[in-house]
Amino acid sequence: MILLTVLSLPFMIRQPIDLPPIVSVELIQISDKTNIPFAPKARKIIEEKKKKEERMVSEQAPPSAKAKEKPDRIPMPNEKKEKKEIIKKKQNPKEVKPEIRQSSEFEKKEIVDTNQIAALIDKAKEEEAVKQKNTNKITQSSVKNSFATGLSLSEEDALRAQIFGCWSVPLGLPYDQNLLVRIKLNLKKDGTIMKSEILDHERMNRPGQKFYKVLAESALRAVRLCQPLKVPPTGYEKWKDIQLNFNPTEMLKG
Amino acid sequence: MKKIFLILTIYLASLNPLFALIEVDITRGNLDPLPIAVSPLYVDVKSEKNDDIKVKELGNNISEIIEKNFKSTGLFNPLKKEAFVQKPDIAHLKPRFEDWRLIKAQALVTGKLLVKDGKLKIEFRLWDLTAEKEMTALAFTTTPSNWRRVAHIISDKIYERLTGEEGYFDTRIIYVAESGAKNKRVKKLAIMDQDGANTKYLTLGNELVLTPRFNPTNQMVTYMSYFRNMPRVYLLDIETGVQDVVGNFPGMTFAPRFSPDGKKIIMSFAEDGNSDIYTMDLDTRVVERITNHSSIDTSPSFSPDGKFIVFNSDRSGLQQIYVMRSDGSDVKRITFGTGIYGTPVWSPRGDLIAFTKMRKGRFYIGVMRTDGSGERLLTENFYQEAPSWSPNGRVLVFYRETKSGKKGEGFSAKLWSIDITGYNERKLTTKTDASDPSWSSLLSK
Repeated sequence: MILLTVLSLPFMIRQPIDLPPIVSVELIQISDKTNIPFAPKARKIIEEKKKKEERMVSEQAPPSAKAKEKPDRIPMPNEKKEKKEIIKKKQNPKEVKPEIRQSSEFEKKEIVDTNQIAALIDKAKEEEAVKQKNTNKITQSSVKNSFATGLSLSEEDALRAQIFGCWSVPLGLPYDQNLLVRIKLNLKKDGTIMKSEILDHERMNRPGQKFYKVLAESALRAVRLCQPLKVPPTGYEKWKDIQLNFNPTEMLKG
Repeated sequence: MKKIFLILTIYLASLNPLFALIEVDITRGNLDPLPIAVSPLYVDVKSEKNDDIKVKELGNNISEIIEKNFKSTGLFNPLKKEAFVQKPDIAHLKPRFEDWRLIKAQALVTGKLLVKDGKLKIEFRLWDLTAEKEMTALAFTTTPSNWRRVAHIISDKIYERLTGEEGYFDTRIIYVAESGAKNKRVKKLAIMDQDGANTKYLTLGNELVLTPRFNPTNQMVTYMSYFRNMPRVYLLDIETGVQDVVGNFPGMTFAPRFSPDGKKIIMSFAEDGNSDIYTMDLDTRVVERITNHSSIDTSPSFSPDGKFIVFNSDRSGLQQIYVMRSDGSDVKRITFGTGIYGTPVWSPRGDLIAFTKMRKGRFYIGVMRTDGSGERLLTENFYQEAPSWSPNGRVLVFYRETKSGKKGEGFSAKLWSIDITGYNERKLTTKTDASDPSWSSLLSK
């Protein structure tokens, strides 16, 4: 039987077929501040910038003092922004503290009434949050913004159309997941971005949410690519803070 | 009292709608491929000469493979190197972002390589040009002759970082290489990298070979071969070259495929004109009957969790697609459309089933959900069949034959690929005519 099986083999290839050798992988640490040096051309430009700035400073103060303050490398503008965001996060627990403080008897005696009001305010805020959640379900933002929120329908459409053009939607997204990315922007008067913040930032690093990170990054890229954003010439106070809700669900469904 | 008044005023002011945050919904974007620049890798001046490869050109060659991979996805648009402002000799340094944005790139790949002591060390970095940030960076060490694979692994890492899905470039495709006239076709088993490079023939062509299928967990292949006009199921270990006959059945066996854990083979087995589905445990060689019906049941394929089996059957008259539990219970028909359905294959992601459909003399490759809903026909032609999934469940490879004249002239068979969106249909480069492709899992996994 065994003999039969062996004989019935159509061919006898015994030589191993070349398999590609093993590739060993090393991880390179990525940090916000890259440790690799600048490309020469970039270095030149940065040095030129430095010199210019130093010259500017020299009109008011001796340059040597300024030189000491300056780091060797100019940090990228985004790095500054990120640092600020991190600091803010650290402050968050402090902001919650008042609730814990309520248990202190000493304070209760002093500001009994204000505590009650604070509780009322909290309750009102919760209600407001519930209301906001409900409104989030409505996809037509024009409905949300129709009551004196600062942008007219045409202004909003212009902004939306501008961002449509800049947003390259990643195609590998799952259709059955929540794909809403909310980005809060802090704008300058000319429509350039001072600060951008992904509101559900922590979701980006959750396991199984790789696609969300990709989506959030694509939305941020779109905003940065588009700037200066098409904002109205007036009413800066109303639109200096603006929230963009990116959601490709309808588009992916085709 | 004053305090209360003050707090109330502040509270009321905060509720004023004039100060409410403006929200704008962005529900549309463009589906243009992402413009990406792949800079030729910087070749370290300390690199030693190598007899087998041209070290100086390696940086450029690797970047070209990465570009080709990206272009084939249809998701990226690799920019032309002539437009690059920054030269490759500084590709290992931090890029000048303005230079790259100038040519409208949104992402950039840079890197360097060093050949020393018979080893090749490659390092790459992916940059987000709008955020001016590094997105990922990795280094690889291998033998210099392995440079093509490193290029594919780099492509996979970048693809994964930019799309959120696993890549499929460091993979191979096994297929039946065909040559000769239509009535005297020589068929050999062949394997190549997914980009068409490194073709190797695994059989000599003395016997007819059919339906090679990869084991999803390792580099093992099962296929059909006709020896003395007797079709048998074979196993081939690509690493060792050892081949083995899977059992010795008195009847005819067809369409073998591995289970998701690679421990079993599922196939159809015909006796007295009736064909049913069986599994065989590769360790114990125990055969288990899964279907027992008077109709022809064939082309079985497991779901990736191993709980279900999709197969063909003509039990309703015409050949349609059915799904059942892996023990053969709970058989459900899932296709009800007009036409004949065949070669169902469950996606490695588990969400879709790919199939071939024949209707009014035309052949279609399509996908549908696992309950048969949402049927989408991706491509239509004179004759095409046998879809096989890329390991990430995003692309299908299949083969297409062209119409021949009365004497069989003008006949050819080629491998094609298509994205599950129905876009980006591409012909794969093979040295000979080719049919029955099967896509491997990632080699580096």
